[in-house]
Amino acid sequence: MSTDVKTIPQEQHIAPNGIKLPIYMDNHATTPMDPRVLEEMLPYFMEKFGNAASRNHSFGWAAEEGVETARERIAKLVGATTKEIIFTSGATESDNLAIKGVAEMYKEKGNHIITAVTEHKAVLDTCKRLEKYGYRVTYLPVQKDGLVDLDDLKRAMDDKTILVTIMAANNEIGVLQPWTEIGKLCRERGIIFHTDATQAVGKVPVDVNKQNIDVMSISAHKMYGPKGVGALYVRRKNPRVQISPIIDGGGHERGMRSGTLNVPGIVGLGKACAIATEEMPKESCHLAGLRNRLRDKIMGRLDEVYINGTMEHRLPGNLNISFAYVEGESLLMGINDIAVSSGSACTSATLEPSYVLKALGTGDDLAHSSIRFGLGRFNTEAEVDYVADRVVETVQRLRELSPLYEMAKEGVDLKSVKWAAE
Amino acid sequence: MSYSDKVLDHYSNPRNVGSLDKSSQDVGTGLVGAPECGDVMKLQIKVNPQTSVIEDAKFKTFGCGSAIASSSLATEWVKGKTVEEALQIKNTEIVKELSLPPVKIHCSVLAEDAIRAAIHDWKKKNNGVAQNVPATTEARQ
Ligand SMILES: Cc1ncc(COP(=O)(O)O)c(C=O)c1O
Ligand code: FES
Repeated sequence: MSTDVKTIPQEQHIAPNGIKLPIYMDNHATTPMDPRVLEEMLPYFMEKFGNAASRNHSFGWAAEEGVETARERIAKLVGATTKEIIFTSGATESDNLAIKGVAEMYKEKGNHIITAVTEHKAVLDTCKRLEKYGYRVTYLPVQKDGLVDLDDLKRAMDDKTILVTIMAANNEIGVLQPWTEIGKLCRERGIIFHTDATQAVGKVPVDVNKQNIDVMSISAHKMYGPKGVGALYVRRKNPRVQISPIIDGGGHERGMRSGTLNVPGIVGLGKACAIATEEMPKESCHLAGLRNRLRDKIMGRLDEVYINGTMEHRLPGNLNISFAYVEGESLLMGINDIAVSSGSACTSATLEPSYVLKALGTGDDLAHSSIRFGLGRFNTEAEVDYVADRVVETVQRLRELSPLYEMAKEGVDLKSVKWAAE
Repeated sequence: MSYSDKVLDHYSNPRNVGSLDKSSQDVGTGLVGAPECGDVMKLQIKVNPQTSVIEDAKFKTFGCGSAIASSSLATEWVKGKTVEEALQIKNTEIVKELSLPPVKIHCSVLAEDAIRAAIHDWKKKNNGVAQNVPATTEARQ
């Protein structure tokens, strides 16, 4: 395109109060790397470049040592043992491996899988593919607060159910499913429980034994580690869970995932987990404080602002709100020195609003008006204050421009209007 | 998503924001789109009953930046035109003027619809009268 096209965000600049712009507040999409993680990784690119599978020289041993330290650190963070950690290329692969791997391994036992409508596409589309191969999948609805109803789950379980796959924390609305209770229900019935914990690991405490988790997906780039590396926890005892590989080859990772290990990435994931183990209690208080500050500053100054999903069971860094009468993309455009995301159709390639918000029963109009704020380790109070001011200003400006706001103020019931486009 | 300078300009300084008295005989109101679809445009015109020239236009839009820019531009373009001239405005011209990418073409379609809806409303209000008015100002001169 011609030169008169600007990309958003623009280059870095400094706001009058000294904060650096643009501000990154989209930590559910990905997190910046923690410098301590990078530092730990660096030697594994050049000096310790060996193949962790080379068993007969020191280059291989050095790489293997890095990998095994990482395995220990991950295991420690989630209460697992090292032999239960399989390295992958990220949570998408982990979800695929978990679901397809269990489905194939246990197909003699049954063909029924239970999941929920608000899962990540890595889970939903994997389940859809399995339906083509003759599996039966139940997609549980969620309640208005974003959580699955445990009674629905119980009712859906039958003697052909081999797997329940329900996420720990949702990537859009940050709500934490009752995973401990789900684990218990599955264990009582001998059903394997997989949880996509991509957004939860490193943010909230996880204990695979106390929570009866059998298989769990982890990704490094959501917890200040590098992109393109993740892990799958696979339970080895009480009960032993087996999964068929989806990638065949040299038999790495106990045959469950062939392919030369991404040693620097794995080392980075390990360090990210070690930091989380140390700092999670403090960090989650800090993040919840910032998040609540943002919420209060916005909601104190604007009417008709709605929080999507329960505040009670939620990631500390997540805030997802709908600003009635204002379309999300136009709001993003107004706050273009702040990186957040929206559930509006106008921002998506498919021109469909967020399926997660729709599943909550949030009207489509409010889904179009939603903004996801994802606070992270490096956000500051000054940034939160700046973001709140910019959001409030922009929403006020756009409401002045909104025919819906005007109609609502005139007392028109927008639901009763016959819209031309319908 | 990238925006052209013109979209950014209309978004930051939208022209002709506001409302006209929709009960007035001279005012035509177009309300198109639906909140569920993420876009609603209200475009109003005030037409001179003698000349059928659009003397004023106002808009309000719920929608993306391109939708806001398309409707802002539409109000600029209809002003000073007769209703018949305004009916000739094509969404493709809006696309060209604002350098809208393919995914945003429907926002310009909505603006064209809004112009048509406003004129339709005005004509409905002034049915007999409107038809007696010569089609273009040129024709009168
Ligand atoms: C809940 C959830 N699952 C899976 C993924 C995919 O993770 P990755 O990017 O590591 O493949 C993401 C990230 O977008 C996610 O948020
Ligand atoms: S209004 Fe949705 S893309 Fe323009």
